[in-house]
Amino acid sequence: MTNYLEFEKPLAEMYSKAEELRSLARDDKDLNVDDEIRSLEIKADKLLKSLYGNLTAWRKCQVARHPDRPHCKDYIENLFEEYIPLAGDRNFADDHAVMGGLARFGEHSLIVIGHEKGSDTKSRIERNFGMARPEGYRKAIRLMDLAHRFNLPVLTLVDTPGAYPGKGAEERGQSEAIARSTQKCLKIGVPLISVIIGEGGSGGAVAFATANKVAMLEHSIYSVISPEGCASILWKDSEKMREAAEALKLTAQDLKKLGVCDIIIPEPIGGAQRFKNEVIQAVGVTINEMLLEFKGLDSNTLIRDRREKYLSVGQKSFVA
Amino acid sequence: MNWISNYVRPKINSLFSRREVPENLWSKCGECGTMLFHRELSDNLNVCPNCEHHMSFKPRDRFKALFDDGLFFEVEVSDPTVDPLKFKDQKKYTDRLKTTTKVVGEKEAMLIAEGEIMRTPVIGACQDFSFMGGSMGMYVGNAIIAAAKRAIKLKRPLVLFSAAGGARMQEGILSLMQMPRTTVAVEMLREARLPYIVVLTHPTTGGVTASYAMLGDVHIAEPNALICFAGPRVIEQTIREKLPEGFQRAEYLLDHGMLDRVVHRKNIREELVSIIRMLTKQPRAIKADIAGPIDQKKQDQPVE
Ligand SMILES: [Zn+2]
Repeated sequence: MTNYLEFEKPLAEMYSKAEELRSLARDDKDLNVDDEIRSLEIKADKLLKSLYGNLTAWRKCQVARHPDRPHCKDYIENLFEEYIPLAGDRNFADDHAVMGGLARFGEHSLIVIGHEKGSDTKSRIERNFGMARPEGYRKAIRLMDLAHRFNLPVLTLVDTPGAYPGKGAEERGQSEAIARSTQKCLKIGVPLISVIIGEGGSGGAVAFATANKVAMLEHSIYSVISPEGCASILWKDSEKMREAAEALKLTAQDLKKLGVCDIIIPEPIGGAQRFKNEVIQAVGVTINEMLLEFKGLDSNTLIRDRREKYLSVGQKSFVA
Repeated sequence: MNWISNYVRPKINSLFSRREVPENLWSKCGECGTMLFHRELSDNLNVCPNCEHHMSFKPRDRFKALFDDGLFFEVEVSDPTVDPLKFKDQKKYTDRLKTTTKVVGEKEAMLIAEGEIMRTPVIGACQDFSFMGGSMGMYVGNAIIAAAKRAIKLKRPLVLFSAAGGARMQEGILSLMQMPRTTVAVEMLREARLPYIVVLTHPTTGGVTASYAMLGDVHIAEPNALICFAGPRVIEQTIREKLPEGFQRAEYLLDHGMLDRVVHRKNIREELVSIIRMLTKQPRAIKADIAGPIDQKKQDQPVE
């Protein structure tokens, strides 16, 4: 079953009408509905194209959060020949909102770290909807250290609404954990590449995405605050999320202009949620390209380039 | 002649107070409600004499109280692109900035200074909560980088007073990018083996806590300061329960291992000097020959 977003409702109606006609035709062999179905499908195709050819920032947020989009787990399962999950922060717990481990990707061994939102009610609760607690960042720090010691590149897959606003998370030093994770990203002498596959939510995203190269899926977002949060603070009305989304310049296209995103990975018309395999493969191609770009670079160069990149972000003049 | 007169240069700022505060102003303590005479409050470093509540302290006033004889030099901060996103909510961001600059009397939400505390040279950085909630945008990022670079050039420790609601939303992703940018600044200090001491003041929250404010060699906080990533209201809405008394306050964080010290404002100078001088293997400071900033004021000393 396809989950339609609110703005896709007319589309859903067209498809269900076509389906209705098909079932009528099955019951009544004399009924010829082929032309009508075809014209409906052409109309739906056209609509899909026009909707996805011109997504507003808020619609992109909805697409980026679509439950059917490929998640971290899907990329891990489909892109790697081998994957050994490594658990725990060696301090308190293992955070299931953060997946991480050793992976074999073509000729590369690497460390992969990513937020996992879950795909059904049970797994969503288990994964805490992709909102990491301090243990998640501390697990990431541990894995980045491991990568550094064994000279393995690090790939991070970012997909989180943000850090978890919970009592325990605060008590156990959420801020410090995020700060240390960002610091670790800047420190490791191995290539660190990042792909924002859905939602890049504030500090929780920065803690993983402070990378040599940041790629974003065409309809992914990366923002200092959710449009809803921004709307309720600045507009004093959480219903103004459309305006906030627009103003925040959080789309991959805006972020490329602002120099925060390096590469945009295109999604087929209709979004990653409709073309899981194609998108996973496209992400794989980009990961491979990024890994090859940094192959053989010495650790000092990698650290220096990463630093320079972040020191200079937003420094040159540009038009947003 | 005072020793500091050697330092008199045109850029001494504290000597020329930008705003004349009317002496007859009263303000109300946010904690206990006592009405306090402005002069009485400022003589007490903006700490309520009744309940010891540490009220917000403007960078210029903070530095005046911190540095010997209230003297400091401002460190120049490079200007970032103004309003890179052309941000507009109910108001244009540029208009908000203009109004704030006028009301606050400062250019932006952070002030960097070089000076001496009990003849211990340091670089000071102080965030201004009255300037759009002290929020961290590109200017604050530039300021912290400038502070780190100046500290490295002069081989001085950096003491940073944090106070912020978080990142500046109106600068969107570029405000978020100040988390890694300021972390690079902290890294530069670490590599230069210079002490980086953070004094967390009320309130320090959001992306500021989750970057440079939690990466100090030593973390000091003022009593009862709210220090957190997610604010108590957001947490209460999420977990739908009331939070315990004192949750996310300095003493609570001290108990949970996130801070080294909780120190009353009046003792921060001496604490800083002790820590810095021991960390950098300097002899113990002799206090007797230097009067504190409050005494200085009473003497109304002439300026050379
Ligand atoms: Zn009081």
